[in-house]
Amino acid sequence: MDLPEKRVETRLDPYVDVYADRTRGLKASAVRALFAVANRPEVVSLAGGMPNIADLPLGDLGDLVSDLIKTHGPTIMNYGAAQGESRIREQVCDVMRIEGIEASPDDVMISCGSQQGLDLVTRTFIEPGDVILAEAPSYVGALGTFRSYQAHVVHVAMDEDGIIPDALRAAHIAATSAGRRVKFLYTIPNFNNPTGITQPVERRREILAVAQELGLLIVEDNPYGLLALDEPVKPAIRSLNADQVIYLGSFSKTFAPGFRVGWVLAPPAVLKKLILAQESATLCPPVFSQFAISQYLETWDWRGQIDSFRQMYRERRNAMLRGLDDHMPPGATWTRPKGGFFVWVTLPEGFDCDQLSARAASHRVAFVPGTAFYADGLGSRNMRLSYCFPTPDNIYEGTRRLGEALLEEIELRSTFGLVDPALARELPQHPEVI
Amino acid sequence: MAQQVIVVSGGLSHEREVSIESGRRVCKELTRAGFDVSESDVQASLIDLIRSLDHPVVVPMLHGGSGEDGAVREVFELMGVHYVGTRAPACRASFDKALAVPVVAKAGLTVPKRVVLPHEMFRDLGANVLLDLIEDKLGLPLFVKPTMSGSALGASRVDRIEDLPAAMVNAYSYGRTVVVEEFIAGVEVAVPVFDFGEGPLAFPPVEIRPASGSYDFEARYTAGATTYICPAELDDATLKAVQDAAVTAHRCLSLRDFSRADIIVRDGVPVFIESSVAPGMTDTSLVPLSLATAGQDFGDALAAVVRQSAIRQVESSL
Repeated sequence: MDLPEKRVETRLDPYVDVYADRTRGLKASAVRALFAVANRPEVVSLAGGMPNIADLPLGDLGDLVSDLIKTHGPTIMNYGAAQGESRIREQVCDVMRIEGIEASPDDVMISCGSQQGLDLVTRTFIEPGDVILAEAPSYVGALGTFRSYQAHVVHVAMDEDGIIPDALRAAHIAATSAGRRVKFLYTIPNFNNPTGITQPVERRREILAVAQELGLLIVEDNPYGLLALDEPVKPAIRSLNADQVIYLGSFSKTFAPGFRVGWVLAPPAVLKKLILAQESATLCPPVFSQFAISQYLETWDWRGQIDSFRQMYRERRNAMLRGLDDHMPPGATWTRPKGGFFVWVTLPEGFDCDQLSARAASHRVAFVPGTAFYADGLGSRNMRLSYCFPTPDNIYEGTRRLGEALLEEIELRSTFGLVDPALARELPQHPEVI
Repeated sequence: MAQQVIVVSGGLSHEREVSIESGRRVCKELTRAGFDVSESDVQASLIDLIRSLDHPVVVPMLHGGSGEDGAVREVFELMGVHYVGTRAPACRASFDKALAVPVVAKAGLTVPKRVVLPHEMFRDLGANVLLDLIEDKLGLPLFVKPTMSGSALGASRVDRIEDLPAAMVNAYSYGRTVVVEEFIAGVEVAVPVFDFGEGPLAFPPVEIRPASGSYDFEARYTAGATTYICPAELDDATLKAVQDAAVTAHRCLSLRDFSRADIIVRDGVPVFIESSVAPGMTDTSLVPLSLATAGQDFGDALAAVVRQSAIRQVESSL
């Protein structure tokens, strides 16, 4: 074919030089692309954090929504208040009382899921370069939000009881000594995403004491608190201090995420700013969803529904722990969560879970590599496994497939001297097929 | 009645997401061209869908795995359904870089010096001794990649010998056999080849200049991360040589309808890297860009190969 006379030079996006600096992190990723495999029916996905809501009384909920439209249609399908509807804010206070929080509905703002609440808090407090302290590791969705506001995330070391208070103090001092402004501590005290770790009450008090000493605001994100599987619900950090804690709550895990209803409980001055931010972001949170959830709370045994969720997730959690006990290779360790959705697995030195995710996909199992939960590139030896969505049998099968993939990985890595050869010696020997 | 077309994308492959994007783009183009288009993943209902239509033409837009190794196309052959693109046996040979490159070399094209080894060889004979042999034979820098994968998954450049074990493990994450080849420094180009019934025709070579220096997954699928120049900034004689090399590869690998040759021009000489039987058709893919530069509407080109496949169907039923 004859060549065209005119030469074209392109980057395939005419706006590439126009985007804001904060979009720089928005790039294609081979690891993220692998998640598409998780949607295949033959793949056991231990990757996503999607709640299993198949057992909700869908017929009754359908009637409830239908009645709402018939009786309140013109109201619930119109604009509402930026702060959210007053009735649901009262009900949110009832929900929070379970975790020991006494609050006024005036101090509550409804948000489009707690994710939007976090976005508004970050938008309100963060200038580019400001420091946010967060657990090591922390929720990938929060890290994405922080990145989009160009915050600098400093991870704080955890032990089996969550954030280590001395490490929190040290991280704050190091950041401020380096001339940086630390704006808040972001923490998920209950069944942390991704580790499943829960802060005992005493640890919460210690963290709060350090925060008070440093004048540090705490953003307490608590989507899983009511999904305690083995023990009573713990008091929220916000129940211990009303002035220095912004609390984020959600109906996504205790009811259904599709409604996109969460809330923020904040000190009054902060709340005023958040309401203005909400107005500029959305005008108002979805009114229809607020009324639907309000009606659900009003007419349904929602506490009983949460109990039934607990039972269902307990079976799934147990299946995963049983599977890990049976199938993980020597040297692997993992958390044993008492609630929430996630188990955090740590592999021995020399593993790379980004690479392992490709092998796992070949074995028809998916997980989230640990690097997703760090802002600083750590986590390559970790993976987050979710037990919330697949059936218990599939969860167990998923751990078996993961175990197979890991055995191959150990053999390969020990061949190339990248892991301790002793790991390979401990493996069961499979005769070669000829 | 419009010709019925089934675009198959997705599949269980590491490149599933890219495949879905390619499939979506192809569906849009073929619908615009007036075909009656259905979409399907590789799933049991695909068989029912094929059976339910009247002599459909299948357009496999599957990248990697069973989409490019010929397995899914073998099923189309088994069902007697006609499809666009290379036939199953040729797919098997061209997707496996271990098999395809010697064929192309025999046809006279320059190829990189290379070693192809399964993981078991390193385990059984000892990794250190084999890695030393590889370094002795090929020198540095090296390029390591799985024999059967695309989108640069598992591929990496190695400048220091101590980084070679990690690169090998990365490549073996995507397959049991790995190619280690001399790193070819030069102008990286991609050349689409289409055959509209009168023999394979090479379109203008697209030069690839990734901002990061490496044309990896991120550079391929993030708009703005790579600068593309079409035709490549090469003199006319070299451009012609590159196009000829792409056509030679298309012919000697028995590819059908379309392909994309990846070539690096070193000191004016085209060095063949690989040919793809299912080149990407996404918004950041190179085939649509090359066609557009040549004044060839992408949808029209796809429509032409679909019609060609339909004609093959009529002829074979006579």
